[in-house]
Amino acid sequence: MATPAVPASAPPATPASAPAPAPASASAPAPSPAPAPAPSPAPASSSDPAAAAATTAAPGQTPASAPAPAQTPAQSLSGPALPGPFPGGRVVRLHPVILASIVDSYERRNEGAARVIGTLLGTVDKHSVEVTNCFSVPHNESEDEVAVDMEFAKNMYELHKKVSPNELILGWYATGHDITEHSVLIHEYYSREAPNPIHLTVDTSLQNGRMSIKAYVSTLMGVPGRTMGVMFTPLTVKYTYYDTERIGVDLIMKTCFSPNRVIGLSSDLQQVGGASARIQDALSTVLQYAEDVLSGKVSADNTVGRFLMSLVNQVPKIVPEDFETMLNSNINDLLMVTYLANLTQSQIALNEKLVNL
Amino acid sequence: MASRKEGTGSSAASSSSTTGAAGKGKGKGGSGDSAVKQVQIDGLVVLKIIKHYQEEGQGTEVVQGVLLGLVVEDRLEITNCFPFPQHTEDDADFDEVQYQMEMMRSLRHVNIDHLHVGWYQSTYYGSFVTRALLDSQFSYQHAIEESVVLIYDPIKTAQGSLSLKAYRLTPKLMEVCKEKDFSPEALKKGNITFEHMFEEVPIVIKNSHLINVLMWELEKKSAVADKHELLSLASSNHLGKTLQLLMDRVDEMRNTSKQQQQKHQYQQRRQQENMQRQSRGEPPLPEEDLSKLFKPHQPPARMDSLLIAGQINTYCQNIKEFTAQNLGKLFMAQALQEYNN
Repeated sequence: MATPAVPASAPPATPASAPAPAPASASAPAPSPAPAPAPSPAPASSSDPAAAAATTAAPGQTPASAPAPAQTPAQSLSGPALPGPFPGGRVVRLHPVILASIVDSYERRNEGAARVIGTLLGTVDKHSVEVTNCFSVPHNESEDEVAVDMEFAKNMYELHKKVSPNELILGWYATGHDITEHSVLIHEYYSREAPNPIHLTVDTSLQNGRMSIKAYVSTLMGVPGRTMGVMFTPLTVKYTYYDTERIGVDLIMKTCFSPNRVIGLSSDLQQVGGASARIQDALSTVLQYAEDVLSGKVSADNTVGRFLMSLVNQVPKIVPEDFETMLNSNINDLLMVTYLANLTQSQIALNEKLVNL
Repeated sequence: MASRKEGTGSSAASSSSTTGAAGKGKGKGGSGDSAVKQVQIDGLVVLKIIKHYQEEGQGTEVVQGVLLGLVVEDRLEITNCFPFPQHTEDDADFDEVQYQMEMMRSLRHVNIDHLHVGWYQSTYYGSFVTRALLDSQFSYQHAIEESVVLIYDPIKTAQGSLSLKAYRLTPKLMEVCKEKDFSPEALKKGNITFEHMFEEVPIVIKNSHLINVLMWELEKKSAVADKHELLSLASSNHLGKTLQLLMDRVDEMRNTSKQQQQKHQYQQRRQQENMQRQSRGEPPLPEEDLSKLFKPHQPPARMDSLLIAGQINTYCQNIKEFTAQNLGKLFMAQALQEYNN
C-alpha cells in the first residue's frame, strides 16, 4: 500500500511549463471570476511556497495574479458555454446514491481525519456529466503535506469496472466546506487520471445550517507567460433520479419524520393511502394559489394558468352508465383473479396433505 | 421461465463466504441463537441495490450482490453492499472469489463493515423460488447463522412502492439440507410443507442523522416527482404477466402425471384391438408387459414439487396484494366520479 507524499512545490512549476494552450485558456476564464472569495486565497497561497522554493517564479507573480480575480464580477453561469477545457458543458448531474455514500464514508472516517476524499465515476455526454458511482480513498492530511493512496484508487476502479464497464473516472469529492491548498494537490493527482476532473464538495460540517453541495472544475488563471495559478470555477449541480430511485428516496425520506429514524415497509393499502394523501396536499397547494390570485394577493401568471387549465381538462368526462360498466367489469376481473388465487393456494395445500399421507 | 445464469456465480460467492467468515469473527452477540427477528437496512443499501439493477439488469437476467453488515442481538444490520459482476461466458479466467476478497479487503481500509451477512438478488415478477436460490442460501446460512437473502422486485417498485423482502431458510429445511437427503421419506419425516420452506423476516430502514439532513437538502433542491405510478389504474399488463407465469408453474406441476395418462391410453387401445380381433375370430394379441414399454414411473422429485408449490404460493400472494390495491383505487375512482355527477 504505497502512500506517495507530494512535495508542495510541484504544482505551480508544471503549469509554467505547460504548452501553448495555457495562455489561450488563461485569457478566457479571466472575465468570469465569480467565486472570488473562496478560491482566490487558494491559488495565492499555493504560489507563495512556489515563490519561496521554485526558482522560475518571479516575485512579481503574486501581485500580478491578484488583480485577475479582482476583475469584473461577471456571473460565470450566464453567457454561452465556455470553449475548450471542460468536456461536458457546465452541468453536473448527481444521483442521490453518491451523496448517501459520501455521507456514509464521512461518518466512518478515521480518528482525527477532518475530511474524507474519494473518486467519482460516471459518464460524460455532450451537454453534461453524469456521476453515477463513487468510492472513498484513504488519505492522510496534515498541515504541510497530503498523501493519497493512489494504488488503492486504481485497484478499486478496476474492481468497479468489472461490474459496470461504462463508468469512467470523472473526478473526486471531498467533505468539508472549503477548498484548501491540499485540494489543489489532490486535484493535480486526479488530472492525471481523467481529462479535466470535477471536484465535488459536500459540506458535512453544516455551515450556515445547510449541507451545501457544490461542484467545481479547475481553470488556469494568471498572467500568461508567468507561473500560473489554479482557480476553481463552480458548475451547476442538478439531481437526476431513475424512476425507481425516486421511489426509493421518497421512502427513505420518511425516516426524517419518525422519532427513532426507523420505518418499516408499508403494506399495500397503506401505500395507496399515502400516495392519495400526497396528491391531496398538492391539490390543496394549487387551490390555495388559485384563491390567492382571485383575492388579488398574488398576481396571476399566465403559464401557471395554462397548466391549471390543462389539469382540469384532463379529468375525463364519462357518461355515468359507461363508467359504471367499466368499473364493474374491472372489479369483476379483480375479484375473479383473487378467487382463482385463493383456490390455487388451497389446492396446493390439499396436495401437500395428500402427498404426506 | 426466465433464464438463469447465476448458478456458478452464486456458488462461487457462497464458497468464498465460507472461507471469508471462517477467518473473521462474527459481530457481537451472534453465537448460538440463530433466530433473526428483524433486518435493519441503511438507506444507502437500498439506493445502491436500486442503482445496480437499473444499470445492469435490463431484461430477465438477475443481478446479484453481497450484503455487508453486522449482527446486534437479534437484529441483523445491513450497512453496505457491493454488486457482483454478471457471469459472462468469455470470462473464463474471471475469478469471482478473488473479486470478492479484494473488494472486501479494500472496503476494510475505508472502515466499511466487512462482515459478510447475506446477499441480494433481483427477481422477475416474483419468481425466485428455485433450486439455485435454495442452495446458495443454504451455504450462506450454514456458514453464517444469521444471513438473509434480500429479494428486490424492480417491476413492482417501478409501479410505485419499494418491494424488498428478506428471506431465510427455516431451521427444519436447514436440517434436511444438511443431510443432503431430498428423498420423499426424509422430507415427510421433517414434516416440511411449502409454507415452511422460507420464512420472511420483517425489514426496517434506518438512517443516521446526517443522512436525514442530506434528505432534507435533496428534498429542497430536486423537482417534485411528476410520476405518480402508484395511483395509475392501467395496470392490467402486470396482472396478465403474473397470471401467465402462474399458469406455467401449474402446468409444470401437472406434467408429472402425463406418463400416467399415456399408460392409460395405451391400455385402452390394446383392449379395443383385442375386441376387434375377437370379433374377427383371430387370436387375441398377447398381453404385453406394460412395464417393459413404459419405464417404471418415477415419483416426481419431492423437492422440485415443493419448490414449485412454494413458487405458486408466492405468485398467489403477489396477485392478492395487487388486486387489493387495485380494488382500492377503483373504489376511489368511483367515489370521485359520483362526486362529479
